[in-house]
Amino acid sequence: MSTPEDAKLNSYRTGPDEQGHFGIFGGRYVAETLMPLILDLEKAYEAAKVDPEFKAELDHLNKHYAGRPSPLYFAERLTNAIGGAKIYFKRDELNHTGSHKINNCLGQIQLANRMGKKRIIAETGAGQHGVAVATVAARFGLPCVVYMGATDIERQKPNVFRMRLLGAEIVPVTAGTGTLKDAMNEALRDWVANVEDTFYIIGTAAGPHPYPEMVRNFQSIIGHETRWQLEEHEGNGRLPDALVACIGGGSNAIGLFHPFLDDPDVAIYGVEAEGHGVESGEHCASLRGGKPGVLHGNRTYLLQDEDGQIKDGYSISAGLDYPGIGPEHSWLKETGRVNYVGATDKEALEAFKLCTKHEGIIPALEPAHALSYVQKLAPTMDKNQIIVMNLCGRGDKDIFAVAEHLGMDI
Amino acid sequence: MMKETRIDRRFAKLKDEGRSALVTFVTAGDPDHETSKSILMGLPGAGADVIELGMPFSDPMADGPAIQASSQRALKAGENVRKTLDMVRTFRESDSDTPIVLMGYFNPIYVYPTEQFLVDAEAAGVDGLIIVDMPPEADDELCLPAMKHNINFIRLATPTTDENRLPAVLNNTSGFVYYVSIMGITGTAAPNPDDVRARVEKIRAKTHLPIAVGFGVKTPEQARDIAATGDGVVVGSALVNAITETLDNKGKATEKTVSAVLKLVGELSQAVRGG
Repeated sequence: MSTPEDAKLNSYRTGPDEQGHFGIFGGRYVAETLMPLILDLEKAYEAAKVDPEFKAELDHLNKHYAGRPSPLYFAERLTNAIGGAKIYFKRDELNHTGSHKINNCLGQIQLANRMGKKRIIAETGAGQHGVAVATVAARFGLPCVVYMGATDIERQKPNVFRMRLLGAEIVPVTAGTGTLKDAMNEALRDWVANVEDTFYIIGTAAGPHPYPEMVRNFQSIIGHETRWQLEEHEGNGRLPDALVACIGGGSNAIGLFHPFLDDPDVAIYGVEAEGHGVESGEHCASLRGGKPGVLHGNRTYLLQDEDGQIKDGYSISAGLDYPGIGPEHSWLKETGRVNYVGATDKEALEAFKLCTKHEGIIPALEPAHALSYVQKLAPTMDKNQIIVMNLCGRGDKDIFAVAEHLGMDI
Repeated sequence: MMKETRIDRRFAKLKDEGRSALVTFVTAGDPDHETSKSILMGLPGAGADVIELGMPFSDPMADGPAIQASSQRALKAGENVRKTLDMVRTFRESDSDTPIVLMGYFNPIYVYPTEQFLVDAEAAGVDGLIIVDMPPEADDELCLPAMKHNINFIRLATPTTDENRLPAVLNNTSGFVYYVSIMGITGTAAPNPDDVRARVEKIRAKTHLPIAVGFGVKTPEQARDIAATGDGVVVGSALVNAITETLDNKGKATEKTVSAVLKLVGELSQAVRGG
């Protein structure tokens, strides 16, 4: 049944509203100490967004420093192996630092410079965001502190070493279970204590307004490039039939999806990490195994118990191991525009191996979750249909974890 | 308009007596429900004028290590919002004057859900709420509904609250204003009494509400200095530390736990009363 609310919804791309809401999701639930700063940040971002100079600087950095545009690559051998729709990879794993995270970090550090901030802080899970932050901090000569869960430090040693080489100070977080959510709590505590000189580069499209919108906009370069690149491959006006991306906080996914939300013929799939399976209770599927709540400055779907205490997520992939999700995804779920599905640890490992063998590309475990769903989706589609999957990170960082799961010694 | 609350009456009475309020914070259910209840019942007798009871949350973003650990202990021992309200109800059977303010984060209230929480909190005898992650921009969700249940919504003003922001912070605030005396999380840096005095005077120029000062007040000496400028002084982490120091090696309460907290409250009370 259609309601007056539905009738008004002629675009999925106008959010958030002035208070940062996507439907009931999003918002700005933070301690008062941070409020004036968050309002300042919003003002600075609104000004930068429409400033041609800001855009020109960012374009320049994206091209000459990050290496954009990233290729849109037809994965022909994989397409033949799986059967069905043509599979394209948006190769954000080829960016400088090895993932899509640099897109957002270049944007935010430029904003930090404009605001005259002298110190950068960040949280990181898999370490991809931490490496990207440490990289841009080195590039712009700013001191950088990265909060990282002690558990994650143990399972992501190569990235920890990279960040240290880049000059970042890594602060291990032992609170909670020592993963991404705890790192974010600790980064927020740092920010509250150092508001005047510090810029907090949040790594995903979550947190208090304007972060979800700002991160989405910096990441939307992924979808914008995909649109013209696919036309180069397939002819003018050709749109993908399906988009697939993995979802932890959801920044790579919203970056690919957002430019296509108002193209009704493009089916969109967000793939959550199911860990040992949603039924097992050990997973990170916030949208399908959680319920709405308020954490880290926004209302969104969260993994939580019946008393509203946040539960720890679990996934083989540290980058998806977050008990929440960006608020825009929560809204896209409720409106039905995006289909949210999942892949288990085991399925992701199989996809990881498949991609490596057939394409000579070692993917990160995060996009291996997306690929696992592509394996299910492609055979249900025609040969002349097209899937674009965001290959948002490379797997170098994961080889130790994968070796352990495969029972191999390195 | 709200009716007069226990908080209003308590601050008015203390003003008549010419002294500041000692506002004490402990986490409900720390280290376990029964011990915590014994502490709560003993607080007025030990000299607490206003009681803040923390509602433990898994992700206390504005709190330092002491209160983080106390929240973890309480949750591990099975504390939840329902049990905390039970504790308040029991307290009210023998004390109908000492105000109780619940302090915490929004999510456990939101999933309770909010309206039912307010009904139950009012019935249990809760007088005020301090919900750290609910700024004025979110007043529709909790602050305004709380007022309809005659529960004061107490807002935090901070060193970053400038003249542009202060009116928004004071609007809809009732009971008292909580001035956060440091930039940072609970129980960390020590406040500078001169800075605090200057800020409190600026807030006082804009509101008739009492102003309590907290975050980082640990010793009776600090409490005495702060009490000289504020209408109330809040002590939290120091009391939580007093609990922590008496636990056995498994983190369980000992026979010293309740008395250690109440002894410190007694000393703080003496100091606030100018003793």
